[in-house]
Amino acid sequence: MSEEIILETRDLVREFKGFIAVNGVNLRVQRGSIHALIGPNGAGKTTVFNLLTKFLAPTSGTIFYKSEDITGESPADIARRGVVRSFQISAVFPHLTVLENVRVALQRAMGNSFQFWRSERCLDTLTGRAIELLQSVDLAEFADAVTVELPYGRKRALEIATTLAMDPELMLLDEPTQGMAHEDVGRVTALIKKVSVNRTVLMVEHNMSVVAGISDRITVLQRGQILAEGPYAEVSNNPEVMEAYLGTGHD
Amino acid sequence: MSDTSQASATVPARTSASLRHQGVAFVVLGAFFLTAPLAMYPVFLMKVMCFALFAAAFNLLIGYVGLLSFGHAMFLATGGYLSAHAAKVWGLPPEMALLTGTAAAAVLGLAAGLIAIRRQGIYFAMITLALSQMVFFFYLQTPFTHGEDGIQAVPRGMLFGVFDLSNVWAMYFFVYAVTGAGLLLIYRIVHSPFGQVLQAIRENEQRAISLGYRTDRYKLLAFVLSAALAGLAGATKSLVFQLASLTDAHWSMSGEVVLMTLLGGLGTVFGPVAGAFTLLAMENYLAQLGSWVTVVQGVIFVICVLTFRRGIIGELGRVIKRPL
Ligand SMILES: Nc1ncnc2c1ncn2[C@@H]1O[C@H](COP(=O)(O)OP(=O)(O)OP(=O)(O)O)[C@@H](O)[C@H]1O
Ligand SMILES: [Mg+2]
Repeated sequence: MSEEIILETRDLVREFKGFIAVNGVNLRVQRGSIHALIGPNGAGKTTVFNLLTKFLAPTSGTIFYKSEDITGESPADIARRGVVRSFQISAVFPHLTVLENVRVALQRAMGNSFQFWRSERCLDTLTGRAIELLQSVDLAEFADAVTVELPYGRKRALEIATTLAMDPELMLLDEPTQGMAHEDVGRVTALIKKVSVNRTVLMVEHNMSVVAGISDRITVLQRGQILAEGPYAEVSNNPEVMEAYLGTGHD
Repeated sequence: MSDTSQASATVPARTSASLRHQGVAFVVLGAFFLTAPLAMYPVFLMKVMCFALFAAAFNLLIGYVGLLSFGHAMFLATGGYLSAHAAKVWGLPPEMALLTGTAAAAVLGLAAGLIAIRRQGIYFAMITLALSQMVFFFYLQTPFTHGEDGIQAVPRGMLFGVFDLSNVWAMYFFVYAVTGAGLLLIYRIVHSPFGQVLQAIRENEQRAISLGYRTDRYKLLAFVLSAALAGLAGATKSLVFQLASLTDAHWSMSGEVVLMTLLGGLGTVFGPVAGAFTLLAMENYLAQLGSWVTVVQGVIFVICVLTFRRGIIGELGRVIKRPL
């Protein structure tokens, strides 16, 4: 059963004014797995994420989610299908409170988001669930804080809680541990492992110990193309991969 | 959840207590405009209220959605012309004339919004400016506006067939009620489920999209609401002055509302009111300086931008540590 493919791309290509950032990528992500997308800076990882979530339109190629062609859909529609992304640069709502950040993600399902004549107090029914989500990332005590005041690592944890509020089937995390202090990295890694139960996670990650620790499969991207794919042990011993990484000074 | 109080002691919090401050501010504002006619000309105060509503409508976009419209004069003028025309030519009672002006501004808002809403930042400002210039030339050319003369001697009429608005006090309290209702509606919009989404879009549109919000639709609705309220302000103004003229459609009017909002405090509930009052008071009391008023305004504006960037109410809110 774990052989089922939740997300698949066929010959995905994206050009920027003649520069080919993503060049014929065929990616297959298994349902229920943690799949890491790695590669040197500028390899095209974020661009792949932008294509998968339609923040960028592919120049050519097709994207299938649960065997359905979703290449023509809008980013909001893809999110509604349960494919929810985070961003490489911390993506919170800085001047909303921590609680409001999560609540606004829960709110859409209530179907009252166009009601400008009602008091926001009708959102109070979401508070309990929002606090639960904050607890799952150790942020409950900051619920009433204005988000901009949180330390960086906490903001990234909040992003994960907000993403989880969407109850996504497929989470796309773009460098969730980037720029974090060592102890935060461990916490967020454990968190990703924890929330990956009953979900699929596709993540871009530079930190190799994180990748080695939790990912089931790895795809290595280089200059827009897939260089290798497989379990960590296999991929990390691939001489081409080692060279690609040594060549750009990664450890 | 015993720890929340500790967290909010170190980090500024937005709780229901801070919303109570806004309730208090509403009462203070209401009391001010009730008693102010004892010391100031009612016509001047009515003008302030109309512009306060206009600026508050504009602020709904810039302050809560992050969209800088540089063409809001087109909605003010549309509200004014249509209600003046409805009252004078069609003979509608004042309440229906206001509705006509507001609805017309909303329709124009929908059309302009559909064109402008996908543009970002400065392009949004430019396209709204361009559209409002087109609307200006339309009103300049079309016969019903009477060109440079404007629609004059607009009858104020009988409100609900009962209150004779040619009485200055009846008119005053009518304007008071309309402005109050408009400001309360804006307050409600800001603090509604819809307002929450608007703020999320202002804060980080990409993230809002990734949470499944079709942000263009929210921005469009906000634009239409803002246009309608600006139209209501223009309609009310045309009854106060019994005149609808090209001044309201001119691009400098779009600039003036930007100035009022910045001066009062962007993204604050009461800033636009304070900004409108300050700017109009300057125009009024410095009138003997002639064209120097513009220079004085410019200097004050520069000082404002350099020293208190949050605007009058924004700075006040910072001092008392509560958003106003
Ligand atoms: N909007 C854009 N316009 C032009 N070029 C772009 C654009 N976005 C990305 N690129 C280019 O595409 C290439 C891939 O960028 P991308 O951000 O996908 O890399 P990445 O693998 O995520 O790198 P990093 O590890 O630094 O995040 C880079 O050379 C980048 O300069
Ligand atoms: Mg990247």
